[in-house]
Amino acid sequence: MAHSVRRDAPELPDFSLLKRLARDQLIYLLEQLPGRKDLFIEADLMSPLDRIANVITLKQHDVDKLYKVEYKPIVSTSDQLCFLIRPRIKTVKWICDVVNTDKAFGRFRRYKIIFSPQKFYACENLLEEQGIFGDVTTDEWSFYLLPLDDDIISLELPEFFRDNFLEGDQRWVRTAGSALHLLHSVYGPFSKVYGIGRCSKMAYESWREQVEEGEQRARQAEIGNVFLIDRDVDLVTPLCSQVVYEGLVDDIFRIKCGCVEFGPDVTSSDKSIKVMLNSQDKVFNEIRNEHFSQVFGFLSQKARNLQTAYDKRSGMDIKQMKTFVSEELKGLKQEHRLLSLHIGASESMMKKKTKQDFQELLKTEHSLLEGFEIRECISYIEEHINRQVSMVESMRLLCLLSLTENGLLPKDYRSLKAQFLQSYGIDHLLTFSNLKQLGLLVEQQPGETLTVMESRVGKLVNDKTAGKLTDAFSSLSKKSNFRALGRRLNLVPKSDEEYDLRVPRDMAYIFSGAYIPLSCKLIEQVLERDGWTGLEEVTRMLNGHEFAVTAGSNGSDARVKTDSQRIILVMFLGGCTFSEISALRFLGREKGLKFIVVTTAITNSARLLESMLDNHA
Amino acid sequence: MAFITANWNPLGEAFYRKIELYEMGWSLRDGLKECLVAAAPYGGPIALLRQPQRPSSSARPQLEIYSSSGVNMASFPEVVQNQVLEAKVFHSPYGTGVAIVTGASRFTLATNIDDLKLRRLPEVPGLQGAPSCWAVLTQDRQTKVLLANGADLYILDNTSCTPVTPPGLSPQACSIVNMAVSFSYKYLALFTDSGHLWMGSANFKDKLSEVDTKVRTPPKQMVWCRRPKSQQPSVVIMWDRLLLVAGECTDTIQYTLDEESVCVAELDGVRIVGGSRHELLQEVPSACQDIFKIASMAPGALLLEAHKEYEKSSQKADEYLREIKEQSVLGEAVRQCVEAAGYEHEPETQKTLLRAASFGKCFLSNYPPEPFVSMCRDLKVLNSVRDYTVGIPLTHTQYKQMTVQVLIDRLVYRKLYPLAIEICRYLKTPEYQGVSRVLKHWACCKVQQKEEPDESIAHAVSVKLGEAAGISYSEIAARAYECGRTELAIKLLEFEPRSGEQVPLLLKMKRSQLALSKAIESGDTDLVYTVVTYLKNEMNRGDFFMTLRNQPVALSLYRQFCKHQEQDTLKDLFNQDDDHQELGNFYVKASYKEKKLEARLSLLQSAVDEYNKARNEFAAKATEEEMKLLRFQRRLDEEKGEALLGLSLQETLHALLTSNFHKQAEQLYRDFRVPDKRYWWLKLTALAEKDDWEEMEKFAKSKKSPIGYLVCCLYNLYTKPFVEVCVKQHNKYEAKKYVSKVTPEQKVKAHLAIGDLEGAAEAAIERRSEGEISTVLSRCSPTTDRALLERLNRARSTAAKK
Repeated sequence: MAHSVRRDAPELPDFSLLKRLARDQLIYLLEQLPGRKDLFIEADLMSPLDRIANVITLKQHDVDKLYKVEYKPIVSTSDQLCFLIRPRIKTVKWICDVVNTDKAFGRFRRYKIIFSPQKFYACENLLEEQGIFGDVTTDEWSFYLLPLDDDIISLELPEFFRDNFLEGDQRWVRTAGSALHLLHSVYGPFSKVYGIGRCSKMAYESWREQVEEGEQRARQAEIGNVFLIDRDVDLVTPLCSQVVYEGLVDDIFRIKCGCVEFGPDVTSSDKSIKVMLNSQDKVFNEIRNEHFSQVFGFLSQKARNLQTAYDKRSGMDIKQMKTFVSEELKGLKQEHRLLSLHIGASESMMKKKTKQDFQELLKTEHSLLEGFEIRECISYIEEHINRQVSMVESMRLLCLLSLTENGLLPKDYRSLKAQFLQSYGIDHLLTFSNLKQLGLLVEQQPGETLTVMESRVGKLVNDKTAGKLTDAFSSLSKKSNFRALGRRLNLVPKSDEEYDLRVPRDMAYIFSGAYIPLSCKLIEQVLERDGWTGLEEVTRMLNGHEFAVTAGSNGSDARVKTDSQRIILVMFLGGCTFSEISALRFLGREKGLKFIVVTTAITNSARLLESMLDNHA
Repeated sequence: MAFITANWNPLGEAFYRKIELYEMGWSLRDGLKECLVAAAPYGGPIALLRQPQRPSSSARPQLEIYSSSGVNMASFPEVVQNQVLEAKVFHSPYGTGVAIVTGASRFTLATNIDDLKLRRLPEVPGLQGAPSCWAVLTQDRQTKVLLANGADLYILDNTSCTPVTPPGLSPQACSIVNMAVSFSYKYLALFTDSGHLWMGSANFKDKLSEVDTKVRTPPKQMVWCRRPKSQQPSVVIMWDRLLLVAGECTDTIQYTLDEESVCVAELDGVRIVGGSRHELLQEVPSACQDIFKIASMAPGALLLEAHKEYEKSSQKADEYLREIKEQSVLGEAVRQCVEAAGYEHEPETQKTLLRAASFGKCFLSNYPPEPFVSMCRDLKVLNSVRDYTVGIPLTHTQYKQMTVQVLIDRLVYRKLYPLAIEICRYLKTPEYQGVSRVLKHWACCKVQQKEEPDESIAHAVSVKLGEAAGISYSEIAARAYECGRTELAIKLLEFEPRSGEQVPLLLKMKRSQLALSKAIESGDTDLVYTVVTYLKNEMNRGDFFMTLRNQPVALSLYRQFCKHQEQDTLKDLFNQDDDHQELGNFYVKASYKEKKLEARLSLLQSAVDEYNKARNEFAAKATEEEMKLLRFQRRLDEEKGEALLGLSLQETLHALLTSNFHKQAEQLYRDFRVPDKRYWWLKLTALAEKDDWEEMEKFAKSKKSPIGYLVCCLYNLYTKPFVEVCVKQHNKYEAKKYVSKVTPEQKVKAHLAIGDLEGAAEAAIERRSEGEISTVLSRCSPTTDRALLERLNRARSTAAKK
């Protein structure tokens, strides 16, 4: 069920240029260490590197052997070692150990560290402290942006979320600013920049600073508008179960750097297969944004079409057969292969997801979003914990409960936490401390019980007076304000109406019609209003830090809706989910816009919560 | 004008001319007598040291610096260095070099005085005292010393001393008394005691000529007088009263000198500095020769003539022009005039030539304008710096070689800021390299004016520099700081837009607090980190922590660092802040890493204490329970040989139940007040895993279940799990036993769970629930008993009717 693209939707810029730039720079850097060398690559840089330069390219530039950084003593015999790493203390420390070991054995080698995307003073400082600053040369590989697909670009910095929002370490903000600067200088100039969140504002400022330092070139803009958003503006959305095909694949199989590994249960053979998931995959491209319940129907239709195409052979003469074989067969076979893979994946997901517990899980989630039957939800979560169903799932539900209810009642908070600790181990005491610090799982303060009370009242009465009551009370708490936001922005459609998932009417379809993601709704509203006017209440509840700046000098002709004006770059600081991307694609189709999503990393509930864990140092 | 050739002197094919550059503005009583004089090439300044007649110990001689027109620029007290006999300054590919010969007859040189690396050259065999003459030359990027000791010539390089013989040197010479190396290091001239001048290539391969000067006294000075594309090489030799130009031919030009003078070698001639005059001696460039030589018929000469006639409104102009055009050399004529204008010193002559060129250009359709325009520009610049007040007598050739950049630098060093800016603007030099750079130098100079107050200097600087592109306020501030004006430096730093530039200087000035806030403002964590590291080393711990406390960004950055690097500091940091919650967390984290149980327990105890201080009763209690659990696990491990240590409570219970330690499990369950639901779940799972259906049945039936109240309700709650557990273990038979115990609401589900369609149908029909009947129907397949289907359908319709 492919959506017909609106005729006037503009073309997306070509992002493969970013890859070329990164590759050329990497080759240049490798050549700075002439001669044969062994290359050590940080584990989480391996997949991104593979998208930029494959092994053959590396070998062409005198790379002898490739190793993954494993924080163990090395076995290389090469006289030249090159390290391609993220600027992390741990990795630099390991390199120091390698070099110092060599020194102790009187072994002479040349070392080069390439930091990607930039080096930090702390790293160089460590080299100095360890006394090897003079023994190594360092460089920066400004590989800020990895295009994962036509409309998705990732910084591949999953630690951004924890570092920035939990640890208060702003080291990556400048990186985000530089990434934006790179996009600006290649595809800009941007004419308007909107944003919300502290980090967004800082990234914006860092970018402006870099623009002012560098020289300006007048060129035809390919991207007109930019929207920056902090992940902590909307923590509810990434914590919801994903039910759109691409999101679901990510939740279950974990898509890594645009690539997924389907196990034997999908491939129905004894081998696992790695598949690239992007718009090049014709089958995937048509189902990625669909609600899961629609996927099977689509796939079987597709299978029938394929069969018809194959069947054409029967009535053919030799000549027709020849053209068929040379022109169509290959495409059909390719499609066939992909189709059977996706059918396999869907079946495997079906098995997991149509089970009773998944339905109940979704029901609970929807109840939480609607603020309905909270007591039952709490018992459900309790049972979840008691039965030791997956730890991350339990934590996810707890967080959703806290976020939607503005915190847990002290009694519930204690009892649920105690059970959680008994179930999954005392070490999660630290995890809870982190969750609390981030506001993901908190206890209602005595003053806030009012909000709970009114939410109860609201549920009973459910009329306008209750709504007003809520608004009056919500000013008391500075937490997630989910209910009030939901009402103001209409995030939760009325549940009594039937939602036809085949013909989605709004972005809520990505959550089975139960919830419109806050992040995407904000983007829609701001673009519609060309700023934040009229959303004052909303921004107040989101702790402010919103901005809308006309960046380009050509402010006057920004009114003109050129193609570039309808291309909007959305940058998520702290990660975004595939569901949000699907929602934005839907919004784009509705409004004749094209969205490009730039994110510090693709995230989902499991990744987000795992980054909060602090058990076992 | 008419006598332009009046000062020309022929030598062989070429002419030489001596032009007066300046009348010297200095007032020297005895001219240059008793003075030591040195001058920099490219119209550079002159250094003068007056030798005192009677060396008195009290008055130290002054070293004075003058411009080429004799205007005093600076003076310093002389520094006496006795060991050095003689020094020579030379230019090398690495910069300006200096070579000295010491009293011990050893040579030492440095190729770049800005990066002083002294190189001592090897000893010269048989050399005692100073050599009779020596010179420095650079060949193949290597600097060597050429010296003469009597009749012997040696080349000294880094490692060796090689004797050399110039080809074809007259045999009557017994000693070489003077030598000169050309500006380009290509040619060498030797003067012998027999009065012969030998000229040849500096690599001793060729001889150019040998001239007998008939003067046997050793010359005072000898320098090459050559220009690029010169017609012949020539040398200028100076004696007390005589100046002699010798070339390839046997003739020489002789000038009488009426005062003590000094020769300065230039790229394209020789400057002669005297007490009252400053002159330039050079070979007349061929373009000038062509035009001005008497009766010259060169195109340029004709064009000049044509223009002259044109100005007189004479029709001869046309005749001349026609003649040029007939030979189709008008382009060449214009080119010659433009080029010659560049070589002329007098603005009037320049103008005449340029006007002629411009006149000629009118008759050419596609003559490129660039050479003419740029020559006009260059001359305007040159004339302004040649002005008496500036005193830089640059020739056009030197100017092109030296570049505008260097010229601007020189003007800036002489503090001629307005002129420098004027030139930059006139030449449209990019702001960054031009005006901004000059302004920066101006500002750096301005901040050194001690008498002016900070406020007015800061104001003056900001007004003048304003928004000029590429100005680095931090450099100016650094200069102010060097002069001891910290307050002014801080004021100036306020204008610096780049925090990256502000911070290091603020640190240097020990304004660390300010540096820290600036760094944080910038949002650049590297800067913040730089300051933090600096503070850490500079301050005592308490102050350091206090500083961080007020700066959350810096604090969290430092915490991150400590987490990786210095765990103990992290603890101190929390202690300082009385952050008991974080301290508690710290101890808990430390306890994971601890292998020994006792140490682990004591860490956990510390955590409990901290949590109590933080009034986090929950965490304190949870930690205490963990300790209790650890002790319990250890006891059991010791007694029963189980490996329980480190498991969570749930895992421990599970392990105990599967290993049939029911009593211990009961105890844990009571001690830790495990919720009943959980315990029952645990026990059921464990029993089902073990296939211990007997025990399970017993457990289910046990009346002494810990939940003695509301039996009925609990019964309902727990039997459903029973079924699920059994199904999980594929034990439908066992599961069936419990279906009967399920509450009526859950019966249908339970039957379906164990795959008993008929049972489910019965239950659904009995309950007359439309929804449940539909659920059962949806599970039916074509193979289902038809009668059952019908019954279900019937029941559904009756239920619907209700």
